[in-house]
Amino acid sequence: MGYYISGILTICLIYVISNVGLSVFTGFTGLFSLGHAAFFAVGAYTAAILTYFYNVNFYLALLAGGLMSGLVALVIGYPTLRAKLRSDYFAIATLGFGEAIRVLLENLSITQGARGLPGIANYATLPVVAAITVITVWIAVNFTHSRQGREAIAVREDFVAAEMMGINIFAVRLRSLIFSAVCGGIAGGLFAHYISFIQPSMFTSYLSTQMTASVVAGGMGSITGTVLATIIFIAIPEILRVASIWRLVAYGLLLVLIMTFRPQGLFGYRELSLGRSWKYLRENTLMRAKGRK
Amino acid sequence: MLEINKLNVKYGQIHALHDVSLKVDTGRVVAVVGANGAGKTTLMMTLAGLLTPSDGEITYEGKPLPKAAYKIVGLGICLVPERRRLYANLTVKENLLMGAYLRKDKEGIAGDMERMYQLFPIIKERLGQYAGTLSGGEQQMVAIARGLMSRPKLLLLDEPSLGLAPIMVENMFRAIKEISAQGVTILLAEQNAFQALDMSDEAFVLETGRIIVSGSGKDLLNDPLVRKAYLGISH
Repeated sequence: MGYYISGILTICLIYVISNVGLSVFTGFTGLFSLGHAAFFAVGAYTAAILTYFYNVNFYLALLAGGLMSGLVALVIGYPTLRAKLRSDYFAIATLGFGEAIRVLLENLSITQGARGLPGIANYATLPVVAAITVITVWIAVNFTHSRQGREAIAVREDFVAAEMMGINIFAVRLRSLIFSAVCGGIAGGLFAHYISFIQPSMFTSYLSTQMTASVVAGGMGSITGTVLATIIFIAIPEILRVASIWRLVAYGLLLVLIMTFRPQGLFGYRELSLGRSWKYLRENTLMRAKGRK
Repeated sequence: MLEINKLNVKYGQIHALHDVSLKVDTGRVVAVVGANGAGKTTLMMTLAGLLTPSDGEITYEGKPLPKAAYKIVGLGICLVPERRRLYANLTVKENLLMGAYLRKDKEGIAGDMERMYQLFPIIKERLGQYAGTLSGGEQQMVAIARGLMSRPKLLLLDEPSLGLAPIMVENMFRAIKEISAQGVTILLAEQNAFQALDMSDEAFVLETGRIIVSGSGKDLLNDPLVRKAYLGISH
């Protein structure tokens, strides 16, 4: 495999990890986050600092990055979710939080401020990233099918009714947020150890918006939809590189088109299932064959 | 069973409930009547833990009521919210089972399902249908049944007759009487003052956040003020 292709694939999969995490939060609780780049950044910096300055084992550093992000999620999630901020207010709170984290990273001495951390060891190879992606997606799917996931769906559909059924909506939302932050943190750690260089300006609200866009375009409540949308959104600008600056226009246009023609996202609430796709193909080809007769 | 003492609830600057005090005794049907915006729903939502009072105390079975809604449900207070709030994308059966969410006794749940079919025969016919496809009256029945599936000791009913056809309103109040006869204490908020007062043991009239009259349901039916303002009878 060419270095270029495997590079794009690695980046794709790293974003799949963080976006699947966000999908568990936004898609299954209905709350929008515009600051998820912060969790990505916290994970990236924690893992990078650990391997760079303290020679910690890469996998332990990744895990620490994920846990640190989870801890940060607890700090931001506790007050905002406790206050039961409604979706738009919550989105604005996370927007502010995302920027605050970035400014913090720019001014701390251990992060070396705006200069960033150059020369991080390149541990995140394609097989490593692929393996972690598979594990993350598997855990995410199981998470959404667990009691927690069902509670989250009940809260998303009608939080008053959910409360009246005896569901602790604060706990459900907080758990989902922490899960998504841990995924984001691990993805960030992988990102740092793939690119080998991180600086605060990589983690602006542009990244947060892109993450949320992938979840919405893939279908809120569909893990596989998020995976597909992420791959499309990372791959399309690469494929269109020949069109130079116009590729970003095409990217925007694609987003507009998806939302216009499939407001529920690519997959809606559904998951991609091999069984169902096979059935669909067989029925359609059979019907066409009969039609020809 | 439930005692509210000088309860005040505010939405920002708006003072929705002023020093509301009332008592609900075990086994009774207590009605809170009043016009739009009187504060009935605010009262119900506060009791269910969906709103936080700014002042005052609520005691339930001698202890202060917990703040979190899910804990209140666990103690046996269940609100059937205004406009029903069913899960439209779930079937009627799934909605009912959601009501029993906190319960672990499978046999008891199955028994209670049977009880719901007896109380509302239409539910049995609609069991596999999506709740969103039901008529308003049927949805209200499902909402009440869903509330009962948590086996509440105190059932809070917020405007159960809202938007229903007259015949459905009749059925609804008959069902409420039956629920009460089965031993569930009921606090009922209603705009349909005549029906609500007629069936309640005790009633409170709420006006712009204050209780202005209270007494037994029958007394209030004959109260000239209530007759004029809420029943539209001037003589």
